[in-house]
Amino acid sequence: MERFFNYDTMRAFADSWGLLFLMIFFIGVVLFVFRPGGRKAAERAAQIPLKDD
Amino acid sequence: MGLMDKHEIIEKNATLLLVGSFLVVTVGGIVEIAPLFYLENTIEKVEGMRPYSPLELAGRNIYVREGCYTCHSQMIRPFRDEVERYGHYSLAAESMYDHPFQWGSKRTGPDLARVGDRYSNEWHVQHLIEPRSVVPESVMPSYAFLKETPLPVDEIAYHLEANRGVGVPYSDEMIAEAKADLLAQADPNADTSGVEARYPKAKLGDFDGNPAALTEMDALVAYLQMLGTLVDFSTYDEAAGYR
Amino acid sequence: MRHGTAIAGIGIMTFLALVAAAFARDAQFAAHMWVLFFVLLGSAVVLLRNTSFSPAGPAVDERSGYMDGPIRYGAIATLFWGIAGFLVGVVVALQLAFPDLNIEPWLSFGRLRPLHTSAVVFAFGGNALIASSFYVVQRTCRARLFGGDLAWFVFWGYQLFIVMAATGYLLGITQSREYAEPEWYVDLWLTIVWVAYLVVFLGTIFKRKEPHIYVANWFYLSFIVTIAMLHVVNNLAIPVSFFGSKSYSAFAGVQDALTQWWYGHNAVGFFLTAGFLGMMYYFVPKQVNRPVYSYRLSIIHFWALIFLYIWAGPHHLHYTALPDWAQTLGMVFSIMLWMPSWGGMINGLMTLSGAWDKLRTDPVLRLMVLAIAFYGMSTFEGPMMSIKAVNSLSHYTDWTIGHVHSGALGWVGMISFAAVYYMVPKLWYRERLYSLRLVTWHFWLATLGIVVYAAVMWVSGIQQGLMWREYDDQGFLVYSFAESVAAMFPYYVVRAMGGALYLAGALVMVWNITMTILGHQREEAPIGGAAPALQPAE
Repeated sequence: MERFFNYDTMRAFADSWGLLFLMIFFIGVVLFVFRPGGRKAAERAAQIPLKDD
Repeated sequence: MGLMDKHEIIEKNATLLLVGSFLVVTVGGIVEIAPLFYLENTIEKVEGMRPYSPLELAGRNIYVREGCYTCHSQMIRPFRDEVERYGHYSLAAESMYDHPFQWGSKRTGPDLARVGDRYSNEWHVQHLIEPRSVVPESVMPSYAFLKETPLPVDEIAYHLEANRGVGVPYSDEMIAEAKADLLAQADPNADTSGVEARYPKAKLGDFDGNPAALTEMDALVAYLQMLGTLVDFSTYDEAAGYR
Repeated sequence: MRHGTAIAGIGIMTFLALVAAAFARDAQFAAHMWVLFFVLLGSAVVLLRNTSFSPAGPAVDERSGYMDGPIRYGAIATLFWGIAGFLVGVVVALQLAFPDLNIEPWLSFGRLRPLHTSAVVFAFGGNALIASSFYVVQRTCRARLFGGDLAWFVFWGYQLFIVMAATGYLLGITQSREYAEPEWYVDLWLTIVWVAYLVVFLGTIFKRKEPHIYVANWFYLSFIVTIAMLHVVNNLAIPVSFFGSKSYSAFAGVQDALTQWWYGHNAVGFFLTAGFLGMMYYFVPKQVNRPVYSYRLSIIHFWALIFLYIWAGPHHLHYTALPDWAQTLGMVFSIMLWMPSWGGMINGLMTLSGAWDKLRTDPVLRLMVLAIAFYGMSTFEGPMMSIKAVNSLSHYTDWTIGHVHSGALGWVGMISFAAVYYMVPKLWYRERLYSLRLVTWHFWLATLGIVVYAAVMWVSGIQQGLMWREYDDQGFLVYSFAESVAAMFPYYVVRAMGGALYLAGALVMVWNITMTILGHQREEAPIGGAAPALQPAE
């Protein structure tokens, strides 16, 4: 346990894989949002609150 | 159905949205906080730190109860003016037995991390009873009722036990003697060899100016008088020190 | 039997409170359990007087087709707790200027300050969030709330949490963790209520008739989930006794500080920001009757916000004994947060594009725009204050207090007022508000109050910070600490006046909303003169 879960390894994991995971996740979101056809889907979704009351 | 349509699945699936946002927030938290829990291995053990004596712990609980932390910090930052005003900057190790920490976030009043030994017991009592009688500019509330309120002592051993449960190294002996130690520390006529052995540098004697009664004022002043006094900075190695 | 389960449940809890009071190990816990006993006893009596023993009929369908009962109560509770929180705020502000106003032991600053922060954040803000989230989720999912009476449990359970937290503070029961002061048993109760809240909200999303989950619900959902996580982790503690009020935090020193500010900062990020952004993304489009400016930007806003926010906590601990790398990490992420925050602000403001003229005639919309403007301002100020050099001056001073209030009064308060102004006529089927001119009064009183408050706190905070570090030619500190306290007096008086203005605005709102609910309409000339003749669209 101690060999793997110590301060230095946790830190190394945090600023390498942890950071990478979050960056990829975020880039994925951005790519998805601006996918072809995304605009139309977004415009439909934006109308949801206005459809009725 | 390409990769691009995947987010649409998230948008339309509440579980995935839930899990996705939960992952994003937990990863951030874990990555940042988890290392700190292994910090104990790397905090340099500083000479002199010990768990609070029963009386000090009771006083600390009064400090917490009255919300002193809303106006007083206990964290001296390493700036010239703070070090000159309050003393050596605070070390991580100095709050190693603090459950909870009392660093505070606002200084409506001055920092108290090293207030111990700066004033006499009489000054503290007078200041707590009527702050403006000793510091005319003060906006601190009066805490005169502490001197009239007897300190409950019967439960103190359980408080030490709970602290041991969260990692404070109270020994069986300390817990067994908790009540006796508490009474002895505040009693000018008691045999204090046990308290002194178990809690080095503990301040002894009557604190509130009334030896006949053990009050909350005794406990609070005992706590204030020990703040920041445990570490001997004349022997502290600055270069090897951890901040 | 009506309320059968509720009466049984409250009856059992009442009995347990009595038992706990009898076996209490400390005086505070005994007093607190007596408070609980009488609160529950009162509730049980009220329910018993309203019960009937005929078999429960089918639920009466509302005209809207949605479950609006808890939302109506929530709107009223929002205003009630808002007034309470603002009032205590004015009192503590005055206590700092005139310390003789402290009444020991129950009404001293140290006990009232958590009462003020909790009343505003959790009672006022929390009720606004719960009520508006129930309103929005039903209307954007086109589905009734899931779980039947569970929504009522969430509402009343949350009020019980507030009452227990507030009375606990006055009795001196506190964990001393800022914005998480309630002790272990109140925390456990909140956990139960919060899980029920999550079930109601998520269940409603599951049974929705709209294929897409509208972005406002994303914000609400992330707020509910993240707060649950933060609450559970930050409040981990070992109680001294199951019949005692005191507990000791599971964490010590540095770890405790970081856990607390990871919580504290994300309470701001997810309670006071994400949740209220959900409000913005629904009520602003509704009020201007146009879709949000860019829905795609709102999706990026969402993900960027939730994944940057969670890292920013350590900026509350600059130059402390926290390791340097954690401080720097907190600073970097705080500065990056500026981007999604302003993306969101632009998205909210630009929703008005093409309808800016409505600002002239619609004071509710004005409240919304001011809220978004303050959101932009405080999310600019926040990252700036997280820069270590700035923080070395601003930390521990009134500057922080000013920053918090420009966010809380400006953003949270104003958007909540606007949402309540929007919802109330709909919830009670009124044609319009009692008076739009009173909304204008509210707008100006509140705006003036915030501006006075924030400006004064900037000056006092910076002056404090400078006085503490002022050196003379010989290299001695110029001012004693006491002198810096004395110098604050005029600012503290004016700050209390700013707060009083804000409170006055809220009282105007209470009057307006009460009259609306009672079905009155004030006869008044429309704002901006008579409506102009319709023009063909350009």
